[in-house]
Amino acid sequence: MGMAVEESQFHVLAVDDSIIDRKLIERLLKTSSYQVTTVDSGSKALEFLGLHENDRITPNETSVSPKLHQEVEVNLVITDYCMPGMSGYDLLKKIKESSSLKNIPVVIMSSEDVPSRISRCLEEGAEEFFLKPVRLSDVNKLHLMRTKCCKNIQNQETQENKESPEIQLQTAAQSNNNNKRKAIDEGISPDRTRPRYSDLTLTLTSTSLSLSTKYSPSRNSFFCDRKKLSEIPAEYQVVLWYEN
Amino acid sequence: MEVNQLQRTFLEYTAALFREGFLDSQFTQLYQLQDESNPKFVVEVVSLFFDDSERLINDLTRALDEPIVDFKKIDAHVHQLKGSSSSIGAHRVKNSCLPFRDFCEAQNTDGCLRCLQQVKQEYLLIKNKLEDLFQLEKQIVAAGGSTNLVEWML
Repeated sequence: MGMAVEESQFHVLAVDDSIIDRKLIERLLKTSSYQVTTVDSGSKALEFLGLHENDRITPNETSVSPKLHQEVEVNLVITDYCMPGMSGYDLLKKIKESSSLKNIPVVIMSSEDVPSRISRCLEEGAEEFFLKPVRLSDVNKLHLMRTKCCKNIQNQETQENKESPEIQLQTAAQSNNNNKRKAIDEGISPDRTRPRYSDLTLTLTSTSLSLSTKYSPSRNSFFCDRKKLSEIPAEYQVVLWYEN
Repeated sequence: MEVNQLQRTFLEYTAALFREGFLDSQFTQLYQLQDESNPKFVVEVVSLFFDDSERLINDLTRALDEPIVDFKKIDAHVHQLKGSSSSIGAHRVKNSCLPFRDFCEAQNTDGCLRCLQQVKQEYLLIKNKLEDLFQLEKQIVAAGGSTNLVEWML
């Protein structure tokens, strides 16, 4: 299903001086459907990030389809800690000190389990610290670290809060079936094999906030309540996506 | 040799490698990343490991031959080898790097030389075994079978 939100893939920049580890992390990330660029040093990483620093468009229109951004944006940096020259820690610092790059989440990888090293990195703003060798289960955690936010804003109704963090993607038909079992008896067709896009809702909930969005086929974007979106702290802005 | 027999041999050979500590679970992880779109992934990564390790072992040999030994540089090489062997599940090679780093820290040339011998030995062992394993795999595929290691290794 070709939707602009889905095709604009989450782009990860992986930094590691080891060619074996670069190949591994690339495969791990690609297996999880991320777009990947690998570089072998911190300085090359900054170069790559710097190239796009000036290209970044700050949209002031209210409805932005990610596909409008033709340049390659980096959504996450994952870097080895121990590298000759600029270390992963140095790279982390440089990214967090940059006004244009500081919102990019950074994950550190290390073969050595040194608690002081881990806390130093987390204090400096790293999102996560993975011990090498990195596994698929680690990469699966990256879904939660997205800075791209579809700022498609339109007034919508919000839903009640739930206790635990949850992402729910369902069609209107599904949510109806959840709440009213007799819907089937009432003649709602159960053999709809494809979701109607206009029925799609995506709900993001946590203990403090519930964000409900609805898909608009004409705009090819997810829309949510403007007020609710602005309540989300900048560091937790989330990409809203649909996968089949 | 018929496919089932080959597959049994492959499985037994791999199981032995795990049992004897030559390989650890990271090796299984590599197979999880191999699929129809990347059917040669494991062989490719392991080839990279072979090339990289040989380079590092040569560098280590040269570095320990210097009149004034640069232990920092040697430690850096060993650290790299430890990392790459860990990344492919070459368990015994990885372990042979551990005392090596201790001797670097102690600036003990003799200790380092002994460790280098050990590393070389472990490396050659795993290289031969993995080459045998991949040869078996080729034969199985040629005979029309598949080696879905992940399913077997539970």
